[in-house]
Amino acid sequence: MEKELRLMKGNEAVAEAAIRAGVDGYFGYPITPQTEIIEYLMEANPAETTGMIVLQAESEVAAINMVYGGAACGKKVMTSSSSPGISLKQEGITYIAGAELPCLIVNVVRGGPGLGTIQPAQSDYFQATKGGGHGDYHLIVLAPASVQEMADFVDLSFELAFKYRNPVMMLSDGAIGQMMEKVYLSPQKERSKTVPEWATTGKPSTRERNIITSLDLDPNRQELFNRKLLAKYNEIREKEVRFEEFQCEDAEYLLVAYGTSARVCQKSVQLAREQGIKAGLLRPITLFPFPTKRIKELADNVKGMLSVEMSAGQMVEDVLLSVSGKVPVYHFGRMGGIVTTPEEVVESLKSNFIGG
Amino acid sequence: MVEFSGIKEIIKPGNLVYKKTNIMTENSLSYCPGCGHGTAHRILAEIIGEEGLQSETIGVSPVGCSVFMYNYLDIDWQEAAHGRAPAVATAIKRLLPEKFVFTYQGDGDLAAIGTAETIHACNRGENILIIFINNGIYGMTGGQMAPTTLPGMKSSTSPYGRDVKTMGFPLKITDIVASLPGSYYVTRQSVHTAANVKKTKKAIRKSFQYQKLNKGTCLIEIVSNCPSGWKMTPVQSNKWMEENMFPYYPLGDLKTPEE
Repeated sequence: MEKELRLMKGNEAVAEAAIRAGVDGYFGYPITPQTEIIEYLMEANPAETTGMIVLQAESEVAAINMVYGGAACGKKVMTSSSSPGISLKQEGITYIAGAELPCLIVNVVRGGPGLGTIQPAQSDYFQATKGGGHGDYHLIVLAPASVQEMADFVDLSFELAFKYRNPVMMLSDGAIGQMMEKVYLSPQKERSKTVPEWATTGKPSTRERNIITSLDLDPNRQELFNRKLLAKYNEIREKEVRFEEFQCEDAEYLLVAYGTSARVCQKSVQLAREQGIKAGLLRPITLFPFPTKRIKELADNVKGMLSVEMSAGQMVEDVLLSVSGKVPVYHFGRMGGIVTTPEEVVESLKSNFIGG
Repeated sequence: MVEFSGIKEIIKPGNLVYKKTNIMTENSLSYCPGCGHGTAHRILAEIIGEEGLQSETIGVSPVGCSVFMYNYLDIDWQEAAHGRAPAVATAIKRLLPEKFVFTYQGDGDLAAIGTAETIHACNRGENILIIFINNGIYGMTGGQMAPTTLPGMKSSTSPYGRDVKTMGFPLKITDIVASLPGSYYVTRQSVHTAANVKKTKKAIRKSFQYQKLNKGTCLIEIVSNCPSGWKMTPVQSNKWMEENMFPYYPLGDLKTPEE
């Protein structure tokens, strides 16, 4: 079947893509700038068409625990929120990671800390990629840079989530969530009838009872479990790195940016080159796993790197670790809900590396 | 070892009046002697077995003394975060509407940290059963004050007795749930005597039947004892419960379906 072309906001695209991906349940709570997701789903009323459940919970805490319950039944379930709401969900997210349950969490990031602002930011990078809640765990983190990717990454997220029995976070931001672009939508998929063998759906006489838990008081067994998780994360680091390169072949200076900042930096590369500065852009698509190996390779070819983020400098730490001192690495970013301009990035590139 | 001479006569099948239900596993219960949890577990297991619902039931265990409940009943289980069981159960029931879903929660779990989840699941009329064990204390963490600790009652965090002026009043959350239009059947029972065990068993059986009708939330509060937390013998604790807990938390139905 052919893909359908629509003009949509990123938030609407996620919602529509979720219905079409055959998602079984969405559990959410309103918060700006992502409320269109639940509004769209409520209006579309997929219970009548695909049978997808859409529920407005009493809090983000309840919503993420509904995701836990649904995921533990082997269902494709998701939630979405924005930064302050994602902080509330961290309790449930660590339990989901600890119980090895698949699910999708969409974070349409706004500026913080605290209530902060409702404008776009990329200041939840640490929270998304380093764990976020307590205990040793990682989410698989996908960073869309367009409305199209917000739609496409729904399917990809569930594919990865079920493959690794691991929660996936789509780390978007208020700009991509709110802006309208054309988007090609995949045809409607059937909701899956497959029941994973670990799912709690009622114990038949043919199998042992299934228990979904993240609890083990025996330190030896708990450490074994931690090692198992580590092995899983290492496999993900090995197999699931995704990134995109833009004019890196002859680049002397590398910009590293994801999401909205990567869009801005494409223009910056063009502006820099017009001024005779050979700039290139590496856009991580997965933030966990991070494209460490590729950045390390590129460090041999460039004179320096600039991590461009709408934050005080978070991803720059992963760039620094990847480069491990081979070339200078700097950070540039606006904060508080201000989107960086392409010109500012070129200015930062010049002042950091060229002196001027 | 001296063999009791009459043992063969005593254990002959014709004399069997009580045995382990199939739904209880072989695992030893982690509860203190005299605690009501074991009895409550057993009643629930009996009903699941008698009604043939092993393959149809999904339980949600809480954080608290009954955190390991999934080790004791041979059904599918989900272990919820502290207080979140009604939210977890909401999603299970919405996604598997033909299954029986219950939560089993203590007073700290249900009436303190999980107050919002309890109230809203009941207010939405989720078709689940909530079994609420109220012993007026945090048992697992070693006897701290609970939302249901009685006025003047001593605990490790109210060592001079619960002072309602600074520590608030015991929360009658079951009464609040009964007032919500989403709740269908709300009752308060106990499991400390044979007669009360029978009544509680009847209430749980009814709740399973009501769940089939999709009429709303059933909540059964079981007022129970905590010999260790209360620092009493099991017998003393049951007497204390009758004399002190029951006047504040009177047994009986709070809301019954309109026939």
